[in-house]
Amino acid sequence: MAALAAAGATVGGGVLFGRMVPPRSDGGGAASDGRDPSAAPSLSSDLLDLLDATAEVLYPDGVEGRRDFVETYVLGRVSDRSDYRDGLREAAAQLDAVARDWEGSPYAELDADARDRILRNLGVETADPDPEGPISDRIRFYLVDDLLFAFYSSPAGGRLVGIENPIGHPGGIESYQRGTMPDAPGNTNGGESDG
Amino acid sequence: MAEDGGVGDSIDRTPASSADVCVVGSGPAGALVAHRLAAQGADVVVLEAGPRFDFAGRREQQEEHIRPGMGDPWEMGGPRDDYTTAGRHYPLNAARVKGVGGSTLHWQGMVMRLHERDFEMETRHGVGADWPIDYDDLRPYYAEAERALGVAGAMDNPYAPPREEPFPLSAFPPSYSDSLFAEACERLGIDMHSVPNARNSEPYDGRAPCQGYGTCRPVCPSGAKYTAESHVTKAESAGARVIDHAPVQRLEHDDTGEVVERAVYATPDGTEHHQRARRFVLACGGVENARLLLLSESEQYPGGLANSSDAVGRFFMDHLFAGAGARLDEPTRQNHVGFITSECHQFYDDENPIEGTKLEFLNYAGPSPVIEALHAETWGDELLTQLRDSYGTHIAMGGLVEQLPDAENRITLDPNRRDDHGNPVPHVEWSLSDRTKRAIRRANDVQHAILEELGASIEWTVGPEATGPAYHQMGTTRMGGDPDESVVDADCRTHDLSNLWVVGSSVFPTGGAMNPTLTIAALSLRAAESLSASL
Ligand SMILES: Cc1cc2nc3c(=O)[nH]c(=O)nc-3n(C[C@H](O)[C@H](O)[C@H](O)COP(=O)(O)OP(=O)(O)OC[C@H]3O[C@@H](n4cnc5c(N)ncnc54)[C@H](O)[C@@H]3O)c2cc1C
Ligand code: SF4
Repeated sequence: MAALAAAGATVGGGVLFGRMVPPRSDGGGAASDGRDPSAAPSLSSDLLDLLDATAEVLYPDGVEGRRDFVETYVLGRVSDRSDYRDGLREAAAQLDAVARDWEGSPYAELDADARDRILRNLGVETADPDPEGPISDRIRFYLVDDLLFAFYSSPAGGRLVGIENPIGHPGGIESYQRGTMPDAPGNTNGGESDG
Repeated sequence: MAEDGGVGDSIDRTPASSADVCVVGSGPAGALVAHRLAAQGADVVVLEAGPRFDFAGRREQQEEHIRPGMGDPWEMGGPRDDYTTAGRHYPLNAARVKGVGGSTLHWQGMVMRLHERDFEMETRHGVGADWPIDYDDLRPYYAEAERALGVAGAMDNPYAPPREEPFPLSAFPPSYSDSLFAEACERLGIDMHSVPNARNSEPYDGRAPCQGYGTCRPVCPSGAKYTAESHVTKAESAGARVIDHAPVQRLEHDDTGEVVERAVYATPDGTEHHQRARRFVLACGGVENARLLLLSESEQYPGGLANSSDAVGRFFMDHLFAGAGARLDEPTRQNHVGFITSECHQFYDDENPIEGTKLEFLNYAGPSPVIEALHAETWGDELLTQLRDSYGTHIAMGGLVEQLPDAENRITLDPNRRDDHGNPVPHVEWSLSDRTKRAIRRANDVQHAILEELGASIEWTVGPEATGPAYHQMGTTRMGGDPDESVVDADCRTHDLSNLWVVGSSVFPTGGAMNPTLTIAALSLRAAESLSASL
């Protein structure tokens, strides 16, 4: 009995841990997640590095705690949605491949202007977010919209615009009754939002 | 033949041998009847056309709503839900959900009682048709419905019909923007008051209090918003069997044409099953109730089952939206929550126009930053500047206007278009009369007066041209005392068949201008009593 109970606790704890602490990296590709590396271009950097590098372009200047935010609200949010995660990883790999092709360097290692330029030259600004569309549509869907969704549906992004409880965020029922945002204009510490 | 009907989840979807009651549709109308009867020991089977949506998926469905390119969170559309329209386009699939819980999965959750006059429009004003029951008949059931749905409200509405007992939950406090409106309304002599919401202002009935997610319509991830899943679960706990993915194709009656014998439903693999029962309850919503009766035509009922009156499908009505929006030069604090906290029912009983009107003070005027960001064509600092320009100072009013019944507004079958099971799709003929348009204009006048008094600059108006339905389909199996003029009696039992009940807003002879679902719930609770007595 005791052993079973202990085993149960471990399994339960493991599941919980998996949910709360998002995957930290791309984990070396095929070996860790069982995906066939030949099916899509490979990602030359850590997935989180690429997402954070994209977030730097998409988020306003000066957002602090960005990497932690992306880890928790982008990777963490989709940690138990395996199909979505695969799509995200594939779009990241595609973007990375374009960067290596056009600029001769992994996306995450380019300077911010070059990263911005690649997205704009791919037409991602006006692309339709479509998980099954051409590459610019998929980048818009999995990378740009995902990062913008995570940011502006949290107080981290909302506060910059003047709303501490944006839609998508369970911020309670006090804020709609208030005439002003507490601590406006607000700190821009992305990692501090209480998601 | 797979027992699960081809769904692939190993759940048995074959019929029970026979049931006391077979309920078709699991929205609030059907779920409440199913729960009440099952709790009294009846053997109940519920057949539901749509799927069960797992509550664990609500955050993801919320994301589907907010983010473009992810599809409809409630999966409406496609051959299953096909329809055609004539006259003014009626966007039927925005106006309903098929699934366990029905359209309350998507609804907003405003729940108010009809006024006394709504039951007597013909007698009092010479328009529409009287109901065969009056407010007093429904009053105890309204109170019971408010407890069932968990309504948060306050007794501060001087225009509401009489009630003794307070609401089961305390009202949501007014919003900050309500306080801006209040000053202007006071100067104009316009009263504001709270809004009854089927939404937990505190924990109730095993569901969480509101967390302020702000996406009530179409998806509440906390469970604070009432959905009929609540009464489906209660019905199941009381022993009812609920079969999803089981659209009923037709009802078949006995040789005499006096009783329905079976409901024929199809599972996704195309197999037809027959569910027998002693009593049948149609609860498919305001369009499909009529459609299923029309699809069930027979030699005895060539114009559709229970349709000796030729009223099935006729008198289709909805409430019309009237609204206006503006910007102020100060923060208005919109889009924190997805529901409203103040309304004005002061003009509801007016005689000029006779059409009922209720006015709403919105808490979600203007764009939400996250949705705008996802549709923007830029990012970074440029996007932030754009969002700051557009968010923060919007303010708006909405309102519902009554549409009187008209026999030419109707649901028929379209012989030229078939659904996924080969049945003719519903054809919605719907237009607005000049008097409805005048009533909408009148609502706009009041809205403009309030916004102007606020000193806001008006940016948009939804008037008689731009108006659309509020997604309340009513009137198509109207209730009445005369079998030549109506489909069901005061207990919601069809005049033609002794074991067939029809519940939902399709039985409304007139619709007032109040959101219909509290009245639907009250009528279902009342019908459950007559059903129970008949067993
Ligand atoms: C966006 C939106 C907002 C709304 N807001 C409000 C509001 O604030 N207040 C309010 O009072 N009302 C509101 N409504 C309306 C409210 O949702 C409906 O009045 C209510 O859900 C109707 O209940 P019902 O049980 O009669 O029908 P429904 O809830 O529509 O349920 C009918 C069920 O029957 C099933 N069905 C249909 N045909 C068949 C068949 N042949 N076989 C088996 N099953 C079948 C359907 O799949 C569905 O699940 C809103 C609706 C929408 C769409
Ligand atoms: S604001 Fe709406 S969606 Fe959010 S928790 Fe409250 S009821 Fe649900």
